[in-house]
Amino acid sequence: MQYQSFLIKYAEIGVKGKNRYLFEDALVAQIRHSLKRVDGDFVVSKESGRIYVTAESDYDFDEVIEAFKCIFGIAAICPMVQVEDNGYEDLKKQVLSYVDEFYEDKNFTFKVNTRRGNKKYPINSEQINRDLGELVLHAFPETKVDVHKPDVMLHVEVRNKINIYSHTIPGPGGMPVGTNGKAMLLLSGGIDSPVAGYMIAKRGVKIDAVYFHAPPYTSERAKQKVVDLAKLVSKYSGPIHLHIVNFTDIQLYIYDKCPHEELTIIMRRYMMRIAERLAGDSGAMALITGESIGQVASQTMQSLAATDAATTMPVFRPVIGFDKQEIVDVSEKIGTYETSVLPFEDCCTIFVAKHPVTKPNLKMIERSEENLEEKIEELVETAISTVEKVWC
Amino acid sequence: MEAYFDNSATTRVLEPVKDIVVKIMTEDYGNPSAKHKKGMAAERYTKEAAEIIAGTLKVAPKEIVFTSGGSESNNMALIETAMANKRAGNHIISTGIEHASVYNSLAFLEEQGFSVTYLPVDAHGHIRLEELEAAIRPETILVSIMYVNNEIGAVEPIEAISKVIKKKNPSILFHVDAIQAYGKFVIRPKRQGIDLLSVSAHKIHGPKGVGFLYIDQRVKIRPLIYGGGQQRGMRSGTENVPGVAGMGVAAKIMYTDHGEKMQSMIALKDYMISRLSEIDGVTVNSLPGDFSAPQIVSASFLGVRSEVLLHALEERDIYVSSGSACSSNHPAVSGTLKGIGVKPELLDSTLRFSFGVYNTKEEIDYCIDVLKELMPVLRRYQRG
Repeated sequence: MQYQSFLIKYAEIGVKGKNRYLFEDALVAQIRHSLKRVDGDFVVSKESGRIYVTAESDYDFDEVIEAFKCIFGIAAICPMVQVEDNGYEDLKKQVLSYVDEFYEDKNFTFKVNTRRGNKKYPINSEQINRDLGELVLHAFPETKVDVHKPDVMLHVEVRNKINIYSHTIPGPGGMPVGTNGKAMLLLSGGIDSPVAGYMIAKRGVKIDAVYFHAPPYTSERAKQKVVDLAKLVSKYSGPIHLHIVNFTDIQLYIYDKCPHEELTIIMRRYMMRIAERLAGDSGAMALITGESIGQVASQTMQSLAATDAATTMPVFRPVIGFDKQEIVDVSEKIGTYETSVLPFEDCCTIFVAKHPVTKPNLKMIERSEENLEEKIEELVETAISTVEKVWC
Repeated sequence: MEAYFDNSATTRVLEPVKDIVVKIMTEDYGNPSAKHKKGMAAERYTKEAAEIIAGTLKVAPKEIVFTSGGSESNNMALIETAMANKRAGNHIISTGIEHASVYNSLAFLEEQGFSVTYLPVDAHGHIRLEELEAAIRPETILVSIMYVNNEIGAVEPIEAISKVIKKKNPSILFHVDAIQAYGKFVIRPKRQGIDLLSVSAHKIHGPKGVGFLYIDQRVKIRPLIYGGGQQRGMRSGTENVPGVAGMGVAAKIMYTDHGEKMQSMIALKDYMISRLSEIDGVTVNSLPGDFSAPQIVSASFLGVRSEVLLHALEERDIYVSSGSACSSNHPAVSGTLKGIGVKPELLDSTLRFSFGVYNTKEEIDYCIDVLKELMPVLRRYQRG
């Protein structure tokens, strides 16, 4: 026997008041979208504040759970058995066969928890709990009742149909992607930025991404690596529109005209400016970076402030307070770590002065940027007009 | 114009090689061990290939064992002779400039209790015979030295090496990694005192995933792969018939009019070296003429990182290899370049140009033009 349906529980959406239906609909849409990649036919339905997924054909249980685990907004997944309401005696029979079927080892404590969605059902919940508890105890003498901390919480929901479930698989939490606007992720080939994108997407934000490519200083493989990373993040965030910007001429121009120790910070400021322009064009309202305080010279408080000053958009830095290890842990969990550590140079690692400024003064940076006046606008325009877009 | 100068990594297959591979895959696809005539047809291909290859080395066909390529040949030659001869001793001699498939096999043997002496090389990449002689001990069972170094093209004095070894102790086995040498040099294992010789097909315009190991019939060795007993039990598994036959055809072509072919390759190499000298700040690490392999030119470009230059050339359809793989995350500076004393500031600025039968002088001219154009641009930016 196989579970033929799933009860999808959500957490935060429940408190959304009048807009709640919008969030629910977004979640239903996400579930439908994700299940398209899974073999099998599924019906996703929204019924009195709950979401049910029913399989209409054979399917692979693990594959479906894996798909659910990537959908933000899902707090928990309960695989369940759904039976027709054929009277109280039949219900008892179904519950017994459920326990028999799904618990090979019956040496556990349990509690029955009944909810009557259908208030017209002739027997009340308390009575059903008692009757079913007794029944299970008699049928399987190894079981014990524990009403405080049961090993197995046997849920019986009486609605138009009867739902029986007892397993709860945690989901990723968060909010359905697309319910909280769109932001532009500055994606490098490193460990941090994919994690940052994942974390913001978890809050229901749809993400686009931008990568700064500097051929021949950075290779085609480095670019492919970023495409691969965007694809990995898109497993959670939905499709990502990756903007690949050719940054070489801007970088070399800065290198020629500005003090080398300020190269990184000025380069970051131009990345922010270009990302902001691209964000505006694609309807994104904020930027996302993988910066964390103090990790490198360009991520000191002063450097972050100088970078921020280059854009008027809010800049989200979800890993700002994380240690490297904490970021690594998330990247391992979401499956981006192995790709992130492939050894290809990106322009943040290759154009680095020996002693970059760690406490840039915004005034000084702005003064250095004045050296760029002659050509920089033109170079930025060219970079934006030659952006390569890839759906990931 | 496209210029493929990465023939020491791999080569484009020759047309007749492609033809026979396709023919065997689609028509004569029998299993050489099968008893019916489709099987016999397949067996004939492997027999013919063995005869051709044995003919190029003037050895017996039964001394040729087909493998999946150079790495397998090196693994088998080292690990399986060491294991088979460990009662005679546990000492092995090799050099500091070997390929990873030799290195890592030796590292495995060290874990198994063998001890290995790695000989250093001089500025041209040659080992010193007196150091070899001094390294030989009573418990030495095996010496493994490459014929042609894959990074700079240095040619080791194989015959002289074998004389030194055999004079001290004729029962010490001499393995030669000839992966960059076969097809370029006339190799005579019997005369040169070579007991085992590794070769890979895709370096001589043959298919990938196939190679062979020459094993002198007196050598005590164990198989690396056990199974149905194919190839006289020395290497089980159904033979890669299309690959083997393709390798045979490639070997035959490479050794037909061999002298002329090599003369024109040496001419290409010398032309490349002379034209590189037109560019400022370029140091050639390979010797000219027949002092080193005819197909390899290693050169260092002061002030430019090899990876950057490689990608800049690639944008213009010129394909080369970086002399040493190095990146910010995984510094892996080449043992060979260090070994021959390339200056530290040039280690990460070295490219390898390697030629094949398809290359032309025009491609070299194109490459030099592009380098002349690129170097000043790329030198503008130097890592701090």
